[in-house]
Amino acid sequence: MTRGDRQKLFMGLLFISPWIIGFILFLAYPIAASLYYSLCHYSVLAEPVYVGMENYTSLLHDSVFKVALVNTLIYAAMALPINMLMALGLAVLMHRPIPGRGIFRTMFFLPSLVPLVAMAILWSWLLNTEYGLVNYLLSLVNVPPVDWLGSTQWSKVSMVFPTTWGVGGMIVIYLASLQEVPLHLYEAARLDGARFWRQFWHVTLPLISPVVYFNLIITIIQLLQVFIIPYIMTKGGPARSTLFFVQYVYDTAFRFLRMGYASAMAWILFLVILGLTLIATWATAKRIYYSAE
Amino acid sequence: MMKFFKPHSAVPDSESESIFLILRFLALLVFGLAFALPFLWTVSTSLKRLADTTKMPPEWIPRTSVYSAVVNGNRISRADVAWGSPENRIDQTGQFPPNVDLAWVRPEGSEVAYRAVKKEDLEKVDDIIDFQWANYLGAVKAIPFWVYTQNTLFLCFLSVLGTLASSAIVAYGFSRIKWRGRDTTFLLVLATMMIPFPVIMIPLYSLFREVGLIGTMVPLWLPTFFGNAFFIFLLRQFFRGIPEDLTDAARIDGCSEWRIFWNIICPLSHSALIVVAIFKFIETWNDFLGPFIFLTDQRDFTLALGLQFFQSQHGGTDWHYLMAASTLVTLPVILLFFFAQRKIIEGISMTGMKN
Repeated sequence: MTRGDRQKLFMGLLFISPWIIGFILFLAYPIAASLYYSLCHYSVLAEPVYVGMENYTSLLHDSVFKVALVNTLIYAAMALPINMLMALGLAVLMHRPIPGRGIFRTMFFLPSLVPLVAMAILWSWLLNTEYGLVNYLLSLVNVPPVDWLGSTQWSKVSMVFPTTWGVGGMIVIYLASLQEVPLHLYEAARLDGARFWRQFWHVTLPLISPVVYFNLIITIIQLLQVFIIPYIMTKGGPARSTLFFVQYVYDTAFRFLRMGYASAMAWILFLVILGLTLIATWATAKRIYYSAE
Repeated sequence: MMKFFKPHSAVPDSESESIFLILRFLALLVFGLAFALPFLWTVSTSLKRLADTTKMPPEWIPRTSVYSAVVNGNRISRADVAWGSPENRIDQTGQFPPNVDLAWVRPEGSEVAYRAVKKEDLEKVDDIIDFQWANYLGAVKAIPFWVYTQNTLFLCFLSVLGTLASSAIVAYGFSRIKWRGRDTTFLLVLATMMIPFPVIMIPLYSLFREVGLIGTMVPLWLPTFFGNAFFIFLLRQFFRGIPEDLTDAARIDGCSEWRIFWNIICPLSHSALIVVAIFKFIETWNDFLGPFIFLTDQRDFTLALGLQFFQSQHGGTDWHYLMAASTLVTLPVILLFFFAQRKIIEGISMTGMKN
């Protein structure tokens, strides 16, 4: 290493030093501590006591944990395709010139700015069985009132509404990537006789596939960590039908003060997220098209 | 694909194109309306009387009926009406509660005692639009709204300041200085975004508890002064777009890295810095889980947290107040969006430009 290289290394490290300190203090240490706590009985009021794999083996027999895990997976499986299709569909409808394009974009984007707490509160009002707007609109087409938040059958579906309403950020990301698809490719496809659907399938989708993948991963991560919306709308009920993973972690840690057990749970969550991300990566790998830069 | 090729397809194409445009427009209109309805419903509810929030079919624009009545042979042309008995008075709903025959009236705006009249002696004379702006006042008074607003703004200010300062400096180190191991280290920065917050929230809690900072705002803003992976990424992308020649020339002139950062890069990047500031502001304004874990005293609550408290306190029945409070908490973010629309859209668009 020359003197200049050393100088540069020093300056570089100096500039990123805030991140290094933050990384150690607020990330690396918590990760290590969390791993350690997950092997302990720890109530935060007393020192942690090492118990080996006990927390993890207890999790295997914890029926509530299973409920929370299954609930979260069912919920994510419902919300993921709906949100992905909604965002991509609306972006595709909007990306070519159309009257009122700016207004539409704003209309679709604004809900994503609403604080999650407010979102949860206003959707519990919209989904109110007797006086809610959703049931009123359904009654116009002769659908009998649905007990959205009070029945185990519909409670998870109810939690999908707010997240779908908030897909605006994804729409904007899609719009930006759609603008980058070269127009001459559409021209060429049209000369080949490809109409809308085939153009979309053979030109648009391959070219924006990296962004679809990006949105897919982000959405999976967010859905598996859903907390505020069920916490406000139903507190996990009825009959634990909306008890999701993070709420169970929160309750275990901060209400029952079983921080070791909760840490073990959080690591399972991490593994689930990692696993699903890898599956998604593997499943889409062959279909993602990276243009040569 | 070629087998579907039809000669002369250009002419019907433009026709189908315009049909297609109309279809697209209609689809957008339907979905746009569906996305806008929750907002309209919220604002509409926030301006109603409590009794009117449960009216079916719902009224989008709150209205009040004005009645005239005949009391002891005297006609009161515009009457204040109380339904039911004065002791057990129901708000003015515009409809008779089913099991009450009497209504109680007095001249509009007067302070005299209510007099009983029979239902038949009442006559609806007018139906006026009547927004209950007082609901907003009621909602603000029901919680320490201004205290929460101050707390939230204080937290937003420190968080934005911390994020701007630290992320810009770190992004400079990752983009404008070439040092060995830089790009590998940057991958580590990106990887940290994969860690779910629940994994680290428990050790963070016990760490801040150890130093006696639970129940203060410090755990919420202190970490922002040490760089945020997402914003470092965003700013690094931007800094890399600034021509190298500029900084090379400055280095030859003997400028220190700090001066290059402060006097050249920062002024050229103000639009990216504004995007970061706006994003961080919105994120902090809307954050729930952080304050929920670290704040213990109600006097320190932020608006997002206070709103939840408001809901649990009112048991979710005072929908008009709840909607007014929700509107108030959401409004600043929406206003910010309209002031900085272009920057926000640009910033989010950049997010997808990864890989």
